[in-house]
Amino acid sequence: MTELAANDPLPKPKRDIAPVLLPVALALLVIPLIGSTSSWLTLTAASLAMGMMIFIMASGLTLVFGLMDVLNFGHGAFIAVGAYVATLVLAPFAASIQADSLWMNLAVLAPAALLSMAVSGALGLVVERVLILPVYGQHLKQILMTTGGLIVAEQTLYALWGPQIIPMPLPASLRGSFILGDVAIAKYRVLAMLIGLAIFIAIQLVLNRSKLGLLIRAGVENREMVEALGYRIRRLFLGVFMTGSALAGLGGVMWALYREQVHASMSDDLTVLIFIVVIIGGLGSIGGCFIGAILVAMVANYGGFLVPKLALVSNILLMVAILMWRPRGLYAVTSR
Amino acid sequence: MTDLLELSGVHTHIGRYHILQGIDLTVPQGQVTMLLGRNGAGKTTTLRTIMGLWQASSGEISLGSERIESRATPDIARLGVGYVPESMAVFSDLTVKENLVLAARDGPLDDSQLDWIFGFFPALRRFWLSRAGSLSGGQKQMLSIARAIIEPRKLLLIDEPTKGLAPAIVTALIECLKEIKRKGATILLVEQNFFAARELGDSVLVMDNGTIVHRGEMAALAADVPLQERLLGLSLETHQ
Repeated sequence: MTELAANDPLPKPKRDIAPVLLPVALALLVIPLIGSTSSWLTLTAASLAMGMMIFIMASGLTLVFGLMDVLNFGHGAFIAVGAYVATLVLAPFAASIQADSLWMNLAVLAPAALLSMAVSGALGLVVERVLILPVYGQHLKQILMTTGGLIVAEQTLYALWGPQIIPMPLPASLRGSFILGDVAIAKYRVLAMLIGLAIFIAIQLVLNRSKLGLLIRAGVENREMVEALGYRIRRLFLGVFMTGSALAGLGGVMWALYREQVHASMSDDLTVLIFIVVIIGGLGSIGGCFIGAILVAMVANYGGFLVPKLALVSNILLMVAILMWRPRGLYAVTSR
Repeated sequence: MTDLLELSGVHTHIGRYHILQGIDLTVPQGQVTMLLGRNGAGKTTTLRTIMGLWQASSGEISLGSERIESRATPDIARLGVGYVPESMAVFSDLTVKENLVLAARDGPLDDSQLDWIFGFFPALRRFWLSRAGSLSGGQKQMLSIARAIIEPRKLLLIDEPTKGLAPAIVTALIECLKEIKRKGATILLVEQNFFAARELGDSVLVMDNGTIVHRGEMAALAADVPLQERLLGLSLETHQ
């Protein structure tokens, strides 16, 4: 390898924009296949909204993977718990939710989302201390413990709320669509896109503009060296784990509103998508997670429209293709 | 002269391997102590055990009046121990500045300390906002050492800083370490480069098979070729 002398100018850092172009290229590629511009726009909006919700749920998991090498197969429990906790606020105030006033809707929706995040975050604290702390560095045991935790959480939800599906109707002001010519874009999807984008920007600001963010990025890359600099990375990890759990709870509320229903195993299918997103994005990479979530949602929506028979395997095929191109994901942050 | 660091009967196991087999050593305050030995003798394990990165299975490690063998790595670092690993371990995704901001744990970067560091390593000033991953091997080593000295440390543990570097960069590193030494730092330095070892070392410890097999003055070892050949299997003059 050629070594630079101490004072040689550095080669300009390359900006790796290929992954960013991937969703754009995919969206453009399917236009002729879909045929109708309005269908394409509707599917693209649906993909972006779905992608943002998956990103919200997956962002914490990718940092947990990257930072502490913890395989948390129970992440879906935070999603379901978040959704159920929201019903505690939304059900008693159903009249306010169905009132035709945005402010009245938000006055109920916002506390419901915040309570869900708080409870999911607190549950994250318990899970980390009780289930994960004893099995750090032991992947097989982590899988067993967190999968067991997920089953216990699901059964507890069934015991508390019953086995029936609980309806969670959209607030009145978020029903319907924005009509742009021939194109109808659901209002709720626009809200989901905006919330996802805001969370992505917030996470990026924290990671890039604060010392806490520097520590998380450094810890994802080399946690041992962060400790050798005097930082207690376990505490940092606990904070990241709780934040990731809280975000999963928020994602659960948003997904439940999207589907307009809540049930204890609602996260089962989502968990597969979330893991695909984390893997193709690159463990620990928030940027990769963001792009991966959009890609997964695009493949699900475009694939479901164009080749419905392939819908079930389309995301697996996407993961295989991405990993053949970049074996450590779109943006490799860790060496794992 | 008082001893800043003392290891007594330290054993370290990594998995089923018994690497350190009863290490006894002292590092006097304000001196540079060289830790020499063949590959696989246990030098890196010794530094990592002191730093708490691998837990000693038995024995005592004292830093001044504090016992540290059971302490976690962050606590040992907070007692004033700086560590420069063999792999350099700079944070590639962070800029040079961000690497140093993290290393300055107790507050903002001290401008005078930075100027002092830039005096040795002007490349770090030049590439201040560049990602550390894009630096050359020598520049990464400069950053790794700068990170260890950005704040005053009681003890520096440095693992083979000149390994694989171009001669001009090795010279700059030696000058830097000499200056750090002149400022009164206490250093335990693993080094395979004889020139660097002779220039920097006050005392020397030689390891073999996980134990200390020789301790004495660096100058005495440098002058005694038969002793070098017996302890290290080759003359230091031929190994630089």
